[in-house]
Amino acid sequence: SPNEHKLNFKKSKEACLSYIQDALLQQQWKRAAEFLTCYVESLEKDYSREHIGPSEMIWRIGTEILWHHSQSSMKEFNCFMEQMKTLGVKRYLKVCLEHVFHLLCNGQIDEAYQNLSLAESWRFGEQTAIQDKEMKLVQAYRGLLDYCSWSKQKNILLEQGEDGFSDLAVEQEMHGYFRKAAVNLKEIIKIPGVWDVFVKCYVDLLEFYGDHNEARQVLNEYAYNSKFPANPNAHVYLCQFLKRQGESKKSLISALKILHDIVPSHELMIDFNTMLQKSKKRRKRRLGLEVIFAALDYAGWKENAKAWSCLARQVKQIVISEKHLDWVKQEWNSRKDWWPAFHFSRYLAKRNWQENKSLSYEKALVAGILLGKDCKYFKYVSHQGCKAQLKRFRMLKKFVNRHNPVCLRISG
Amino acid sequence: RDFNERCAQCSEVNWGLTDGGRFYCRSCHNVTERTREVVNTDFITNSRVQTISKGLRKPEEKDGGCEWYICEGFQLVLKKQVEALEALGVCPQMKDEILCNFWRCYLQKSKQAYCKRSAGETVKALSVCESSTDVDSDPERPSLLHLLSLSESEGDLQTDCSFASSVSKVSESTSVYSGSVDGSLYLMKNQKEKLRMTMPMTLSFCYMALLWVREPITLSELLRFVVEGHIPYLNVFQHFPEKMKLCGLDLKIFCVESWPVYEEVFNKMHELAAFLDLPRFPDITDSCFLHPDMLCMKYLMEANLPDELHNWTCRVVKKIGIGEVDFLTLMPGNKSTRKVKYDVLAAAVIVVVLKLLFLLDDHYEWLLSEFAEERNKNNTEGGPYFEFKKWYEVVKHSLDVEQKKLDEEKAKYLWRCEKPLFYSVKNKSKVLKRRQMVVNLQNQFGKLSGSVQRAEKPNPSSFQLRWSEENTGSCFHRHSLKGILQEKCGLLTAMNPDYWLCTVKLCNEKLCGHLAHYREVEFPQSYHFVLGLFSFLLRIQPSYIHDEVCMIEHKLFNKKLCKKLKYNTVLRK
Repeated sequence: SPNEHKLNFKKSKEACLSYIQDALLQQQWKRAAEFLTCYVESLEKDYSREHIGPSEMIWRIGTEILWHHSQSSMKEFNCFMEQMKTLGVKRYLKVCLEHVFHLLCNGQIDEAYQNLSLAESWRFGEQTAIQDKEMKLVQAYRGLLDYCSWSKQKNILLEQGEDGFSDLAVEQEMHGYFRKAAVNLKEIIKIPGVWDVFVKCYVDLLEFYGDHNEARQVLNEYAYNSKFPANPNAHVYLCQFLKRQGESKKSLISALKILHDIVPSHELMIDFNTMLQKSKKRRKRRLGLEVIFAALDYAGWKENAKAWSCLARQVKQIVISEKHLDWVKQEWNSRKDWWPAFHFSRYLAKRNWQENKSLSYEKALVAGILLGKDCKYFKYVSHQGCKAQLKRFRMLKKFVNRHNPVCLRISG
Repeated sequence: RDFNERCAQCSEVNWGLTDGGRFYCRSCHNVTERTREVVNTDFITNSRVQTISKGLRKPEEKDGGCEWYICEGFQLVLKKQVEALEALGVCPQMKDEILCNFWRCYLQKSKQAYCKRSAGETVKALSVCESSTDVDSDPERPSLLHLLSLSESEGDLQTDCSFASSVSKVSESTSVYSGSVDGSLYLMKNQKEKLRMTMPMTLSFCYMALLWVREPITLSELLRFVVEGHIPYLNVFQHFPEKMKLCGLDLKIFCVESWPVYEEVFNKMHELAAFLDLPRFPDITDSCFLHPDMLCMKYLMEANLPDELHNWTCRVVKKIGIGEVDFLTLMPGNKSTRKVKYDVLAAAVIVVVLKLLFLLDDHYEWLLSEFAEERNKNNTEGGPYFEFKKWYEVVKHSLDVEQKKLDEEKAKYLWRCEKPLFYSVKNKSKVLKRRQMVVNLQNQFGKLSGSVQRAEKPNPSSFQLRWSEENTGSCFHRHSLKGILQEKCGLLTAMNPDYWLCTVKLCNEKLCGHLAHYREVEFPQSYHFVLGLFSFLLRIQPSYIHDEVCMIEHKLFNKKLCKKLKYNTVLRK
């Protein structure tokens, strides 16, 4: 059609936007500002049919530019944000929140707090009800800042306590912050969502004031309520809490098991394995083996000596007792095709030996058991170890040689 | 001017014209009742012409506004445009004699002025004194939304959603539908009947006048000058006098949000010429700028091609008869002849010549170029032979640079102006607030743009690409075509024996709007490049040039085509 390439306002502004986008991606702030200057007149047109209107575009783009541009000051930034707040009443609280984030990033806690308070007192007909969620967030973040203030007061109090002083005023203030923070934090975590930072702070408050039941309930809700999005951190917090509280092994183990299912590579898996190995129940020890093998499937654990020592201890124990060899066989079955190249290559043998002797020791033990005494890794490391006349490596060599038939049954 | 009567008072013959179109004696300022007969031109019959009756004008309204009609607005626009053209060097007759008369003729034919108003027809503005129920219940009166949705072309101003609903609440007596008296009526009119005036049509008027006077400005140039800001178009309403208040539906008429398209202006101009019953336009002879021989020379220079190619363009022009006076001169109302787009035609001729000499099949031209390169290396006397490859590289580079600049300019274009536009008095404050915010933001981010100042409008120039002739490395004007020509029977012909047709069969233009359909992938890259070059220079789509190329080819190879229509599209010449 002949009108396809007709240049009009809309197309011109679309082109302008794509130039802005390119400039932003390449971090050319001056160029982005140049094109944004040309784009702003879009505000004078009605774009109610579009999904994202020019006022939102300008807010987002302008924020990026002003935040990064070398010649832009915080004052200018704030001035811009205030203008943006007047631009779209439907976005008012969102803009406030973003402004607050930037202030926090810039270390301006007090200004951030003021802005939050101001936002909290905002009312605008039916918009107030519509923007209810954002309002809750505003209150939650104010609660968070209250928590920070509480934390500060708490530290002062503790210091003073050490020196033998006790200042009632400080204590009162602290309690005041606690009340303010608790009220808001409690509200937000009722709504399904990812609220890690709020939950942590709230639990911290509860624990300090001795309300462990409430804390446990909050954490359970956060981790197990299906309405909330799946969040491994929720389980971690719960586990950490249970540990702190010295809860029964049983509850801790069940919490950790869920974490293992979600994030097999989590760092708590080492503790988990250690706990499980000690258990009297066979099922638990079996699980422990599964847990540690699963953790070592991940590249992040390759050089973790502690993890390897857990695995080494367990398989060694199994080999010595010659009981439950089938466990090891089962775990090894799905891994024998790729673990050798992944963990036990000759290159890794050399490198591990050079960088971390303990690591190479543990790994060599595992390799020797799983792959037999003729495997590259074991041969290299044990040879090096004996050459260096390190006792444990000599012991290692002896051990593997002695138990080789058993090992063969595993690798076979 | 031909009014020779003696003045009743002082017996002098020294007449001038009042604003009302009446004659007055310059010596004694006696105003007569005689109105001016338009005698000057042949085309307006000796009908009595009356100006817009002053009696219809009411005294000025309290806010300093006055009643004004849409056509008055357009008259102002035209005035501004033609003044700008004058500033560009166009002859002054264009304003006072040509365009003025065209305009008056138009007003007369479309019954907006200079004629007796039929008794029943009244210009009635839709005022908002009536309550909203009246408006709703009257089925004949078009609803506001309906009026707002009438648009000449897509992409026009989108309505302020709140406007429509706010109208019914207004209780002021002033009309909010439009600042002009007949804004709403204007949009209602059936445009087919009376050729309703639009902003793009103002350019059609200009072009028509330019063509009449045979000024050396092509339509593509005119449109380019408009985009570059040398001729008022966008936001020209800001030059309306203060008392002519613009709001509501006036915006729909006078505010443009898109650049005029060549086809649209071109077609409208022809419609207009027929509508005005104009006679045959002044002859376009071979000494006119618009003649293909002349335009080809200009475009060859601009495209950095050898001057020698001009011989070839002239030959083609002659052979197919497109240099004939009767072909080139405009005969309004003649539906049988194809309307001539002088600029596109000239560009297409050059493309055809390039195809004749270089084939442009993505092989042959490079082969020829290699031979020329060899020759140029070994033999430097007698001037260089034209090498297609070098030319391509040089021109492509410049073209890319200019195209990139143009694209950025398009993206940076500022459409709004200081004069605020509002649909109704009610959203005036909102509009002003928005404008203030825009200005603030422009200042804030403008400062952060670094030292980049918005460049001053470049001086209007006929040439967009320039090549310095001293530098024969990058200027090909003086290069020779010897390497690709041969002599046969005393005539110079191309060494290239082949030619490929763009299309074997031409489409019916009246049915599908085009003679052919251009799809980039179906044609050789070199052809596409050449089309792209002229597309950039003329600021039109390559497909238009392609159409003309097809037309020329079919004229050129007419006989051969009639014979071998079925087989290969590659012909032996």
